[in-house]
Amino acid sequence: MKRQIPTLITLVAGLFCLIGFFVPHPAIRTLYDDIQQWVIVIVGATYVLGVANLLRINLGQMSARARDWPFKVVLLVGLIGTTAIGFSEGTHYLDPTSRFTWIYNTFYSSMSSTMFSLLAFFIASAAFRAFRIRSFEALLLAIAAFILMIGRVPIGNAIHPAIPAAADWLMEVPQNAAKRGILIGAALGVVATGIRLILGMERTYGGRGAGGTS
Amino acid sequence: MSPGLSSLKQLDRRWIFLAVALLVVIPLAVGIHIAPVAPSPRTRGFYDAIEKVPSGSTVLLAGDYDPSTVAENYPMHLAAARHLMSRDVKIIGLALYPGGPPLTDQVLRLAAAEYGKKEGIDYVNLGYKAGNELVMSQMGSSIPRTFPVDRRGVPVDQIPVMHGVQNYANFPLLVSISAGYPGTKEWVQQVVSRYHLPMVAGVTAVSAPEYYPYLQTGQLRGLLGGMAGGAEYEVLVKHPALATRGMDAQSLAHVFIALMILLGNLAFLGEDRSRRR
Repeated sequence: MKRQIPTLITLVAGLFCLIGFFVPHPAIRTLYDDIQQWVIVIVGATYVLGVANLLRINLGQMSARARDWPFKVVLLVGLIGTTAIGFSEGTHYLDPTSRFTWIYNTFYSSMSSTMFSLLAFFIASAAFRAFRIRSFEALLLAIAAFILMIGRVPIGNAIHPAIPAAADWLMEVPQNAAKRGILIGAALGVVATGIRLILGMERTYGGRGAGGTS
Repeated sequence: MSPGLSSLKQLDRRWIFLAVALLVVIPLAVGIHIAPVAPSPRTRGFYDAIEKVPSGSTVLLAGDYDPSTVAENYPMHLAAARHLMSRDVKIIGLALYPGGPPLTDQVLRLAAAEYGKKEGIDYVNLGYKAGNELVMSQMGSSIPRTFPVDRRGVPVDQIPVMHGVQNYANFPLLVSISAGYPGTKEWVQQVVSRYHLPMVAGVTAVSAPEYYPYLQTGQLRGLLGGMAGGAEYEVLVKHPALATRGMDAQSLAHVFIALMILLGNLAFLGEDRSRRR
């Protein structure tokens, strides 16, 4: 029964949601909408679980003075401090002059942008140290990279209008063909996995580990 | 091959970092204006789709990104809001990224101040809702049920701009500004293919190739790719701003990276030859 009941629930819910996607009749649509609303509520509740888990793990590591424990302190101070300040400001927490907005702009926004901006430095360094043209395929990749990097910015057009035109052709023909193939392949894979789940042939979600097929 | 080239391999990477920093900071600070920005057909598609929206109608503007991609997404988000408000189109903003709503707030407030628009009457920010594709799907049935209150906690039935807005049938266009998942791809799959709502998108440069198939099929009417796409759009709306200012820095950084690939390979060749000798 421990195996059959989850499989039955998956079968019924999976088939119903599949039908609900294509059939707009109110008899189906109302329940379909309710199910989606339940899932949204459950997803919201997982955030609470996530925070609880974060606290549990990090507090444990802090008390055990585990490796890098000072970083855990920073994490928890940030989490608890931001939450407390947000709550203390009530409905005004979104005002442009609120302390919550100040934290968002000063810490979160700046640090997130910095992390992403670092990519420019590492890409430049990697381009010098790691991009080696050792084969014909690597040569093709290098030529495509040159055309795209120069053709995608205004300086490409200033050098010669053929460069952005070549960049567009690369994106719209070979890239697009490859991307379309990947998308169709991935979509077919998703359909196959969905069918296996609905028919109970795939039970890894039930905690049976990899290869949990019947 | 000269020994100078093979010795390039020993180049301290901090010099590369310094060069990148200077190539980015100097053009941003000085504004050297290397080359004019020429709009691509993809950007024109984005612009034309917004131009076709009748004045007085309401558009859904999804800002699905957070501060990590603000350099690319924020300029196009702001330009889109300015374009819509300049045409007296009302905006319903939302975000499916938890860190996104404050950026939507900033964009809408800034554009509204420029065009004399009022919150609640001309625009609203519905804020963030967890659930990704489910939120998109649920909005197809009822937007007030999916977002019963706006970001400030005001019930949507008390917000004038939300009056008469029930689902996607009430919008002539969906504008998606997106950094990844959930974003443009999911809006196409959940909304465009199901409700046939016209859609345009502004995305990060690294994710732009993902959306070319949707552009080719007409599921996307236009596409802004990265900061360059944002700059092209700013040219079309005749309001050069953040993205246009960043183009010189990006141009020089791209040329520098291309040069680094070339130099790295020349150094590799030099070393290879001296080893053979």
